[in-house]
Amino acid sequence: MTRTRSEPLRDKPAANTPVFELIDVEKTFQVPKPGRRFSRETVGLKALDGVRLRINDGASLALVGESGSGKSTLLRVLLGLDAPTDGRANYRGRPISDVRSKGTEFARDVALVYQDARGSLDPRMTVGALIAEPLRHFGIVSREEEPARVAQLLDRVGLPVDSAQRYPSGLSGGQVRRVAIARALASEPSVLVADEAVSGLDVSTQAQLLTLLRGLQQDMGLTLVFITHDLGVASYLCEKIAIMYLGRIVETGATNDVLAAPAHPYSAALRAAAPRFFEPLPEPLPGEIPSPLDLPKGCRFSTRCPSVKGDCRTRDPYLAQHGVGRSVACLHPLSDGEGLPLVSDADMSSPAAADIQNQTDTPLSRD
Amino acid sequence: MTGTPTLTPAPQPLLIVDDLSVHRGAAKILDRVKLTVEKGETLALVGESGAGKSTIATALMGLLSGAKVEGHAELEGTGDLLSLPSKQLVKLRGQRISMIFQDAGAALNPAYTVGRQLISALRRNLGLSRRDARARAVDLFSSVGINDAEARLSAFPHQLSGGMQQRVMVAIALACNPDLLLADEPTSALDVTIQAQIVRLILSQTRARGASCIFVLHDLALASQSCDRIVVLYAGQVVECGPARDVLERHRHPYTRQLKSCVLEIGRQDLEAPEGTVPSHDSMPPGCRFATRCPRALPRCAAEMPPLTPASDDRDGASDHAFACWNPE
Ligand SMILES: Nc1ncnc2c1ncn2[C@@H]1O[C@H](COP(=O)(O)OP(=O)(O)OP(=O)(O)O)[C@@H](O)[C@H]1O
Ligand SMILES: Nc1ncnc2c1ncn2[C@@H]1O[C@H](COP(=O)(O)OP(=O)(O)O)[C@@H](O)[C@H]1O
Ligand code: SF4
Ligand code: SF4
Ligand SMILES: [Mg+2]
Ligand SMILES: [Mg+2]
Repeated sequence: MTRTRSEPLRDKPAANTPVFELIDVEKTFQVPKPGRRFSRETVGLKALDGVRLRINDGASLALVGESGSGKSTLLRVLLGLDAPTDGRANYRGRPISDVRSKGTEFARDVALVYQDARGSLDPRMTVGALIAEPLRHFGIVSREEEPARVAQLLDRVGLPVDSAQRYPSGLSGGQVRRVAIARALASEPSVLVADEAVSGLDVSTQAQLLTLLRGLQQDMGLTLVFITHDLGVASYLCEKIAIMYLGRIVETGATNDVLAAPAHPYSAALRAAAPRFFEPLPEPLPGEIPSPLDLPKGCRFSTRCPSVKGDCRTRDPYLAQHGVGRSVACLHPLSDGEGLPLVSDADMSSPAAADIQNQTDTPLSRD
Repeated sequence: MTGTPTLTPAPQPLLIVDDLSVHRGAAKILDRVKLTVEKGETLALVGESGAGKSTIATALMGLLSGAKVEGHAELEGTGDLLSLPSKQLVKLRGQRISMIFQDAGAALNPAYTVGRQLISALRRNLGLSRRDARARAVDLFSSVGINDAEARLSAFPHQLSGGMQQRVMVAIALACNPDLLLADEPTSALDVTIQAQIVRLILSQTRARGASCIFVLHDLALASQSCDRIVVLYAGQVVECGPARDVLERHRHPYTRQLKSCVLEIGRQDLEAPEGTVPSHDSMPPGCRFATRCPRALPRCAAEMPPLTPASDDRDGASDHAFACWNPE
């Protein structure tokens, strides 16, 4: 594999600084030792383990993975709500913790739509007051202009203007999420970060919100980071995808490329598990996701991987480049060509596997 | 479907639900629902949130509280479920019908080990001795894919993952070899790879036992993969029903089209969101309940309720595809 990537940083340093860059980010939580719920002994739980990621201006990225894979933790690191225990997390070239502590610019620029939209809204406030709150907090408009701006935001998310007088309890699940989006947009952010913002909704309500979000992203040039477990949603809304498993990004690249021919066996399993009209039910992956406190030796997917080989149980693959604009953390990636996601026969001497070994310690951001 | 009784082939269905209505206060949350479950088949109930899917399942289990229930549900060999005395109903729930819920964690009792819950169900419903019940429990755990069954029997629910908890629920539901299994979105709280395991498990276990299954689902694509027939509900009414292929590939009702058009298959980029929402129960139109959103609505639609009508597309009259619409596609 040749390193075909251009070196944009040298050409246009300012314009090409990513919005977010994570370099070998690790986040360890201290949790009670299992089986000893009442003792003070704790052990470290690595919710994120060596995460490398860059998100460019105007990009749309889907974070996909099973529960407990670290998606929400990654989001909290991006938002500066959790500091990495190791590695670096930058926003436009500066450490997130720095920019967050200096003024409101970061909070204004990076808006969040919570997973639990209803829980994030004060039930005693009207919709109008809820949307006016960030307008006031960030001094976006004068008091006189407030009602007009609230109306404009309601219209933008497809809610009737008279919803300003209503309370969240009188709104449906879809409407509540629209209010949460309107609130997030109030500060005129350039980045919108959303955690499962459309999950648990009906397909038709979901379709309404997805077309809304896609429109917003295109019209306003928003950078979008979107957590979802639905690959159909990811492929509709996001140009890039990062697939996580047990605290690691195991595959990343253009959503269409990754889903058309997954290189990581876990991506392939997710792809196969997605329902498809009248296809026979796929053979599911065996077993459960292991506990993050008791990771398998070697590759963390080796306990469930259909293409596991002997060396997988001793060597831990790192995320390394795999074709143009793609990376994968696997010792024996599936063919990334046009063909079927077949199990490759690559053994340790195959070029792909050797390449990954060589790159094991090369941060992606430097290649 | 009962809309086409003369077309129903000879073998007697397991369950015939006729004009099932449920009222809560002034709201009629189920309106004259008709459906038939053949022996050994899997029937999907699909529709938006609030359409009444769970209400149907709960009413059939006799577990609906605070509501007025009308209509009939004839279970072959037993009679009308909806008018059974409660003592008989409890017995029936142990022996012929059982249910799996969306949230297995909430359905299991946190205070007892899962083994104790399964064993007591076996003893109560099958009258087994403690020893036999325990042996049977180990078998059941193994058959639902729980490794190390002996050890897992002494686990408390919170010590198991969501997927494991749902396996335990499947084991408990199958404990009495039911004729009818009601599964209310049993996988929507689970991760996709675990979802696939549980759907396959439920299907293989019910098929192996010759049991029938009513599967409440949100996902039409998953319904097509796992169910023989599909009932589409909208605002408490059946709007279309029939064999999965007829309903999904030769649908007649505009709402079925809308539901289908919202399914986001991987790679799809041309999503068009439907307008509006389901009307609330206090503003339900007297005629077709879909009239407020329907692109094909005629003047009569909002005033007159369309009846469930057989679709004449049947190849040899054997299908029971039916729809309720004045201006079908
Ligand atoms: N305990 C209750 N009290 C009052 N109304 C209820 C109750 N349970 C259900 N309903 C109403 O009955 C209707 C049907 O609800 P049901 O739970 O059967 O829908 P569903 O199709 O299962 O929806 P979902 O997909 O959200 O599970 C809805 O309008 C709902 O608001
Ligand atoms: N505040 C916390 N304290 C301890 N453990 C946590 C905390 N937040 C997350 N975790 C653990 O970190 C892992 C990743 O969690 P999370 O980021 O929430 O995953 P996801 O959003 O992908 O479901 C899980 O094992 C979770 O239990
Ligand atoms: S490294 Fe081995 S076990 Fe891990 S995903 Fe690749 S093939 Fe599977
Ligand atoms: S009866 Fe009329 S309003 Fe109802 S679905 Fe048919 S065409 Fe639409
Ligand atoms: Mg999460
Ligand atoms: Mg329900």
